[in-house]
Amino acid sequence: MKGKGFIDRHYKWVYTLPALFFVLILMVFPVCYTFGLSFTDWTLTSGKSISFTGLKSYITVLQEPRFWDAFKRTLEFTFWAVLFEVVLGIIIALLLNKQFKGKGIAKTLLLLPLVATPVAIGIVWTLFYDPTIGFLNYCLNLLGLPQSGWHTDAATVMPSLILVDVWQWTPMITIMVLAGLSGLSDEPYESATVDGANAWQILRHITLPMLMPTILTATVLRLIEALKTYDIIYSMTQGGPGYASETLNLLAYKYSFEYFRMGQSSVMLVFLFILVLVFSLAVMRIRKATEV
Amino acid sequence: MKRFLLALLIVLLSFSLFAQGATETKPEEIRVMLANHPYGDLLKEKIPEFEAEYGIKVNYEQLQESQLSQALATEFATASSTVDVFMTRPLQEGLMFIKNNWYSSLADYDFADYPQSTVDIGTKNGVPYIVPLVTEWQVLYYRKDLFKAAGISVPKTFDELKAAAAKLTTKDVAGFGSRGKGAAAVTQMSSYVYNFGGRYIQNGEAVFDSPEAIKAIRFYGEMLGNYGPQGVTSMSWENLMPVFQAGKLAMWTDASVFYGQIIDPEKTAIPKENIGIADLPAGPVDDSPFLVVSWGMAIANTSTHKDAAMKFITWATSQELALEGIKNNITMASNSAWKGASGLMNEELIATQAHAAANGYPYDRPFVTSVGAARDLIGEVIIESINTKGTSTKLEALAKEKVAAVNELLKTDGEYHNLPY
Repeated sequence: MKGKGFIDRHYKWVYTLPALFFVLILMVFPVCYTFGLSFTDWTLTSGKSISFTGLKSYITVLQEPRFWDAFKRTLEFTFWAVLFEVVLGIIIALLLNKQFKGKGIAKTLLLLPLVATPVAIGIVWTLFYDPTIGFLNYCLNLLGLPQSGWHTDAATVMPSLILVDVWQWTPMITIMVLAGLSGLSDEPYESATVDGANAWQILRHITLPMLMPTILTATVLRLIEALKTYDIIYSMTQGGPGYASETLNLLAYKYSFEYFRMGQSSVMLVFLFILVLVFSLAVMRIRKATEV
Repeated sequence: MKRFLLALLIVLLSFSLFAQGATETKPEEIRVMLANHPYGDLLKEKIPEFEAEYGIKVNYEQLQESQLSQALATEFATASSTVDVFMTRPLQEGLMFIKNNWYSSLADYDFADYPQSTVDIGTKNGVPYIVPLVTEWQVLYYRKDLFKAAGISVPKTFDELKAAAAKLTTKDVAGFGSRGKGAAAVTQMSSYVYNFGGRYIQNGEAVFDSPEAIKAIRFYGEMLGNYGPQGVTSMSWENLMPVFQAGKLAMWTDASVFYGQIIDPEKTAIPKENIGIADLPAGPVDDSPFLVVSWGMAIANTSTHKDAAMKFITWATSQELALEGIKNNITMASNSAWKGASGLMNEELIATQAHAAANGYPYDRPFVTSVGAARDLIGEVIIESINTKGTSTKLEALAKEKVAAVNELLKTDGEYHNLPY
């Protein structure tokens, strides 16, 4: 031990220090700062300096119907988007797990939505959806079907946005499930075949239970991201028409950068943070319970 | 090896010392924030000429208008700004920026070439903060070929506008378009409100629930609900323009600034000669379209290069550049620019300017500090009207509710019955 330098004696700390600093400065600090701001009345329109107002901003936000509408919309968007993504993702992964001609091309094509940037996707889909000069209504017109307002109609805006999210993120679930499938042991399948199980029974009683930890991990990741979705919605509708696609993230953004009510905006973000945390912990708990 | 590395380090450090010496002779640098606006594009092109003439390096950034406001507000509010000069929207952010002391005084600037009303918008307690750059007024863009085919003339009144829209609406072409997207629609509906005899704000109080304003909101909703393009409640100018350029819109009321873009042969499918521009039709009570200073230029109070910033702003708002703007069909704010406009700019556009200058009202939105929130509240009433084609039975009650909400904003910001108009 004699003659060893400081770094050698404390290398486990020294090597983790940069990462620790990164987490503290770029992740912990903003969360704590936002939490702190939520107890203030900081508004740039008043011209006054920040003052501590306790729970006043919380009370104001909780009495705002727009907040609760956005809260419900966030849950609605997340539920449907993640549900479709997980179901479709598993089905596509199971299909891709079989051997067929052109499998490589199919996998590559499937990856394309995942590598595109969300804002670019938003712009492209906005052009597709445009009710007057868009491609989708042009197709509906050719088929003699009634046209839709897509993302410009309050009644259809949420399904339209969910469709874009599903289009972009289903491949992520597929890839994770495919990775899970490749790691499954052959033994249970051999035993099941010997016992005369059919394909459906094998899928239901062997494949899906064994894949469950992978599926739940993928679900947690998507859930966290879907709750926080901002880019696609902002680039396509900015929360409109009216407030029909305004989720918590968009409302908080609007309160910050259009209304300049930083205190109230921070309250919304605290709620979103808690929401994401609660959902993540709940799914992680379920995942732990299903681990074999 | 260690010695070699040490020697290398010393050599490299020496270089950096020399480099430090070199920075002392580096030209002064300023940071300029421009908007995605035709005048921002023009300045971008001309900046190398400024750099060559004054020996000042300009680091510029160009952002979409709302992103520009947000970027500026964030930098100023967090006291981390390195911005020296920026384009600013006096009616959108002027009051808030003045309140927070983010503009530098421009008392030394010569404002003689500007109409007093345009300077007053950016003045508080006698101190001017904003040089007016571009003015905008509301006009009617229309398709001359479609009018000719339908055998109708350019509408002069709202009744004629409705009749023309009804006649021009077909399966493929919407007869009439104007902004329908909540907050974005507030500016373009303002002239309709004025022409029906109403106001958004009067004597420091929200009044868009008055019978006159309600009539205007209903008319706007009726026009867009019946003759507007599909999905109009999601449409601002950036959505309406491509529809007009694609030949799917017969009439479009919006700001005069877009004329240059809609006749640009690279962007539009319609020949230039088929695109007309006319005064916004008169209403039953008034003929007073908005005429506003849409963009100005200011120096940041936190700028550490105020002399260089003043040189830049003087150059950027010079008569020569204003004439360049006029040549590009940009509706400049200075008097001299308009004196030299004839022959450089479209004559129909010049005629609409003369009409708006004589009759216009200098606000196109509630000119209050919380303008963003106020616009959203009025936008809710507009969307209700469009969705019901102007027939909503709850429009009066909704307008009353939103008026109360806007008045609350005014009270919070200390502006209730405390505005200069």
